[in-house]
Amino acid sequence: MSRISDTFSDLERSGECAFIAYIMAGDPDPSLTPSIAKAIAQYADIIELGIPFSDPIADGKTIQAAAERALRAGMTPQQTFEIISEIRKETDTPIVVMGYYNPILHFGVERFMKKLAECGGDGIIIPDLPMEEADEVVRYAKENGINTIFLIAPTTPEDRIEKICACSSGFVYLVSLLGVTGAREAISGVAKTLIRSVVEKRPDIPPAVGFGISKPEHVREIIADGAKGVIVGSAIVRLIAEHKDEPEKMISALEEFCAELKAATRKK
Amino acid sequence: MYIGKYPKAGKFGEYGGQYVPEVLMHALKELEEAYLRYKGDEKFKEELDYYLRTFAGRPTPLYFCSRLSDLLGTKLYLKREDLVHGGAHKLNNAIGQALLAKRMGKSRLIAETGAGQHGLATAIVGALFDLQTEIYMGDEDIERQRLNVFRMELMGAEVHPVGSGSRTLKDAINEAIRDWVTNVQDTHYLLGSVVGPHPYPMMVRDFQRVVGLETKRQVLEAEGRLPDALVACVGGGSNSIGMFYDFLDDEDVALYGVEAGGEGIASNRHSATLCAGSKGVLHGTYSYLLQDEDGQILPTHSVAPGLDYSGVGPEHAFLKDMGRVTYDIVTDVETLHAFELLCKYEGILPALESAHALAYVKRLADENRIGKKDCVVVCLSGRGDKDVEIIERALTT
Repeated sequence: MSRISDTFSDLERSGECAFIAYIMAGDPDPSLTPSIAKAIAQYADIIELGIPFSDPIADGKTIQAAAERALRAGMTPQQTFEIISEIRKETDTPIVVMGYYNPILHFGVERFMKKLAECGGDGIIIPDLPMEEADEVVRYAKENGINTIFLIAPTTPEDRIEKICACSSGFVYLVSLLGVTGAREAISGVAKTLIRSVVEKRPDIPPAVGFGISKPEHVREIIADGAKGVIVGSAIVRLIAEHKDEPEKMISALEEFCAELKAATRKK
Repeated sequence: MYIGKYPKAGKFGEYGGQYVPEVLMHALKELEEAYLRYKGDEKFKEELDYYLRTFAGRPTPLYFCSRLSDLLGTKLYLKREDLVHGGAHKLNNAIGQALLAKRMGKSRLIAETGAGQHGLATAIVGALFDLQTEIYMGDEDIERQRLNVFRMELMGAEVHPVGSGSRTLKDAINEAIRDWVTNVQDTHYLLGSVVGPHPYPMMVRDFQRVVGLETKRQVLEAEGRLPDALVACVGGGSNSIGMFYDFLDDEDVALYGVEAGGEGIASNRHSATLCAGSKGVLHGTYSYLLQDEDGQILPTHSVAPGLDYSGVGPEHAFLKDMGRVTYDIVTDVETLHAFELLCKYEGILPALESAHALAYVKRLADENRIGKKDCVVVCLSGRGDKDVEIIERALTT
């Protein structure tokens, strides 16, 4: 069992769903990421750590801007590993890395997975790597005990959902809408159908829903639809951006927001 | 034999593939199925041929440059893609994809553009086939190709400025992909070069093959034999692959792909992806690209906006490794010189992109790599009206 699977089982037993919080490694500065992660880990069940990329095609404006800030601050894949080690000293919360394929490929897929495991990472999400191109990633991730989390979109046909679940481990990432990442006022209804389809086919792999989720109401709605986890990214990154020059305020704003989101994952 | 063999399962050797968000996988599958279905369909072929002839102005002439041939000491022909309606080879592909989009029931076209030529071609087919058209173009390119922006708007297209990243073609593609991810159900992404995920590199190549097919027939008529060399510029690589493809099995025909050397490789201000890049994934395809030691995509430079791109088509990467095509660079300075030569000696104003190919012929001649008896064909992929402002600035500073 992986740290991620254990987390989902524990939550299931206590009648909760997973709150997965996304932050961009190195935003606004690499020195701040460990304390941001630590603050978030008090409430988040899983931390999703983005590796900045120059051309993030699946991301909306908020996360694009975070990537630009991180890159300007000199963030590198190597530093991401150092940050993960740093976070790991403070908390056992599972850490999933989300990164575009080119920096990982350039680093070397085998070397990347080995490093990720060494510094205490638990899973990998690559938003521009569909399962057809992922043999190497899946192989080396497995060898190193890293979970591979693939995405399922509203346009994914039924037979593909089954195959994606088969190469995923830890959880599967359901994209709640047609579009890029970014907070939305209301969430779309498509998640419900996707969740049902995944649960029917593979009751053993928990579906977590992301994209557009920015409020406790959204979290409750998605959970009522049957999700085992919710992923919140842009709304958190936006708070970091708002307070980027005042770290203390940033931390307390993050704590307050994450506490609300976590509370929404607890069924009454 | 090469022709007809690639891509295999979406790949040219190790290059190509589909590195895209899951949302797009189904759309790419539908596109590939539709393309393969209509490619051989008589009605589709007839319609495409009709518009290429009566609307685009094909076949384009193969013109013998008598004064420039004398000057350079070789037999120089130009394949006049600059005479295609819209002013560049881009319309060949735009008509093909728009006809396909219609058959797929799409009501909206989106496209990226660098120099504005592909944006213009897309705006043209949007008007022609009554499809809503939106174009993504980098801020910097809007600034340097204003004339084309206005032309697109006149055709009814909406041009979205892209202010992220390096504010050029690469960033326009990022934005177009983000649009497609959001509107995939009613929108066709009319990609303008042989880049991006499968089936684009194959489909765009096929729509541009008309350039090489006509050239082959015309040069046989004019010379009674195949040419000794073909020269074309390479940004993403659509005019060059279209020109080269039907000559790939003619081993005696030397093929030269010319990349934008900008201010020289050593200056790091260039777009020489194949000559100075390394392997990686950008915009859905595995190919050569310009990247730093962490795999971040590097900004590029060229005096020619249409070549100012950090990636290149996967089939070019394959042909480079295979050694079938020789890829080399010319600098901005050599390009401007060639631009002036063609204006003064032949009365033709070439696009700065195409002037790269011409500059390379001058280099081949200067280095005695071609001689009086050799017959060289340059793909003059576009006309240079759009570049007059850039030229004016370059010649006065």
